[in-house]
Amino acid sequence: MTLNEVPLIVTGRLAAHDDAHTIARYEATDGYQGLRAALGHSPAEVTGIVKDASLLGRGGAGFPAGVKWGFCPPNVWPRYLVINGDESEPGTYKDRILMERDPHQVIEGILIAAYAIGCAQAFLYCRGEMALAHERLGAALNEAYAAGYVGKNILGTDYSIDIAFHWGAGAYIVGEETALIESLEGNRGMPRLKPPFFPAAKGLYLQPTVVNNVETMANLPWILRNGAEAFHALGAETSRGTRLFAVSGHVKNPGVHEVEFGVTTFRDLIYGKCGGIRGDRALKAFIPGGASSPWFFEEHLDLPLETKAVGDAGSMLGSGAIVVMDETTDVVKASRSLVRFFAEESCGKCTPCREGTTWMERILNRIIDGEGRPEDMNLLLDVCDNISPTITWPPKQTTICPLGPSAPPSVASVVRRFPEEFERYLGAKFEVTVPINGAAYLPKPAASATVPGGTES
Amino acid sequence: MARLNPENTELARELIGHYPRPKSALIPLLHLAQEQDGYVTDEAMVHIAELVGVTPAEVLGTCTFYEMFKREPVGKYLVNICQGIACTIMGAEELIGHAEDALGIKVGSTTPDGTITLERAECQAACTEAPCLQVNYRYRYRVTDEDFDGLVAQLRSGALDAEIPPHGTLARRPYRQHMPADRRNGPGFIDGAGEPVWIKRHREAAEAQGSTS
Repeated sequence: MTLNEVPLIVTGRLAAHDDAHTIARYEATDGYQGLRAALGHSPAEVTGIVKDASLLGRGGAGFPAGVKWGFCPPNVWPRYLVINGDESEPGTYKDRILMERDPHQVIEGILIAAYAIGCAQAFLYCRGEMALAHERLGAALNEAYAAGYVGKNILGTDYSIDIAFHWGAGAYIVGEETALIESLEGNRGMPRLKPPFFPAAKGLYLQPTVVNNVETMANLPWILRNGAEAFHALGAETSRGTRLFAVSGHVKNPGVHEVEFGVTTFRDLIYGKCGGIRGDRALKAFIPGGASSPWFFEEHLDLPLETKAVGDAGSMLGSGAIVVMDETTDVVKASRSLVRFFAEESCGKCTPCREGTTWMERILNRIIDGEGRPEDMNLLLDVCDNISPTITWPPKQTTICPLGPSAPPSVASVVRRFPEEFERYLGAKFEVTVPINGAAYLPKPAASATVPGGTES
Repeated sequence: MARLNPENTELARELIGHYPRPKSALIPLLHLAQEQDGYVTDEAMVHIAELVGVTPAEVLGTCTFYEMFKREPVGKYLVNICQGIACTIMGAEELIGHAEDALGIKVGSTTPDGTITLERAECQAACTEAPCLQVNYRYRYRVTDEDFDGLVAQLRSGALDAEIPPHGTLARRPYRQHMPADRRNGPGFIDGAGEPVWIKRHREAAEAQGSTS
């Protein structure tokens, strides 16, 4: 199992240099050359380059970045750019590294994007709890202003823009783009209804607004320096370039790895880069793409880290968060941890999410505390079904944003795959009468029927 | 313990100037109040409302939505132990139990000497370094029970004063953003906004080229 040698597009500098966050190191290592290249093109050409590169947004939804920029209605001004650095999805750890250790790369990406879109101002919204990232980004912005890369008449051209550093105060929901905008307007971070409040049309201050992820921005300087073709040459299918994956949990060497997108497999990451399962134990399950994604199992290890392939198998790559669980894991408690997260972080606006996630947590607490009743299983699934009808994948929505419907997948995964673990807590068998749908919510395959790389048909 | 002091009022005005609309500065200003007093006081919220041009109730409304804002005093150090999924399967519950025993308090309370407040936190984006915690939002990775005890001893002795400021301070002053007056472009105001000059230049150039070919 050898991984392709690929350029480290977003982590190359920080991997090689401890002082990658300083402007001196940044300028000495191709820094702001992507911005210079962009200013030599028209804004439309820069958008075209990003489209040709097929850069997918790295926030979780995976929408093509260049296409998203094009959604702003023509001739409506001002337009704003908001960068989402509110990384808080359980298992996700990538944007913080980029903000703390190579902040100028993020800033340069913002300058390139705002030039292409034609923005009047850019806002970099960093998660509140990341004090070091605040200091690194604040210092980097001060350096970049002093050097003439940000502000008025950038590099002596007619391109002018301010980047305002903004920081949150602890609310996962603010990672949802319309909630991010509400928060940036100084309000409670509750999502807005779409339509009409699609950010491209009615975003910040109800003006056309592009909301992009930090890692998405960090890719832009490299693309502008090396061209769309060089980026597109990496990866496969719709998943081009490289991508950051945080592999955590029961592996020998947990870590954040930048690997070729689309071709690297889960096995390459878990058993190659991360050295396999701790104590050479057996793999029980792994979360492929953050707290919202249906779990994967041994038979999924040879799937490529490719958006469509993982989607076809019934889950998602999401925010690049892979959490590995070995055979000793109490999956009922693991599932409770995920449900508790959504219950804690529900903003309270929509009833199915506010009430449903709370009930789910209470039922799971009761089961884990040994007070559960066999009928609790169908009650739990019935609540899931009310939050997200038919418990399928991708989840059906009853709510303004996807937070609530993100809670059922972990429970559905465990109930289908490991019913005996619930039975151990309940001290009784149960029969599930509430149907669970979705390709990945599969029971354990028969011992001889494990098909590497595919799902059971 | 009250309104923002003159220095912070000055900084508040500077922050408000970063945005097209003053209310956008609300969260940074609440952080400033918390940095000054260790928590967000009623008087500070009234002052912020005056500075931003909204009612104190609106400031309170925003303040109460966000986990980081404390409405009553907390310890000099807020210790948040992560209970996210990666930390949970790597021993977060056991670490929280140890912390409660070692400090002699339950999660959600403060040591009698006012030094440490203990809380559970949702995912802190350090999943590969589980179990992790934050002290006043500064990370500690792969924390063992012994690490925790050592950390508490260091906090109590003042050995970490240079690295970890008291609760409320996020970016320390030298690392805050300051837009220099001679370099800044100014907020992207809505009123009077037209097509940005570089967009207009390229559009007109493209149109001119189109009409000659």
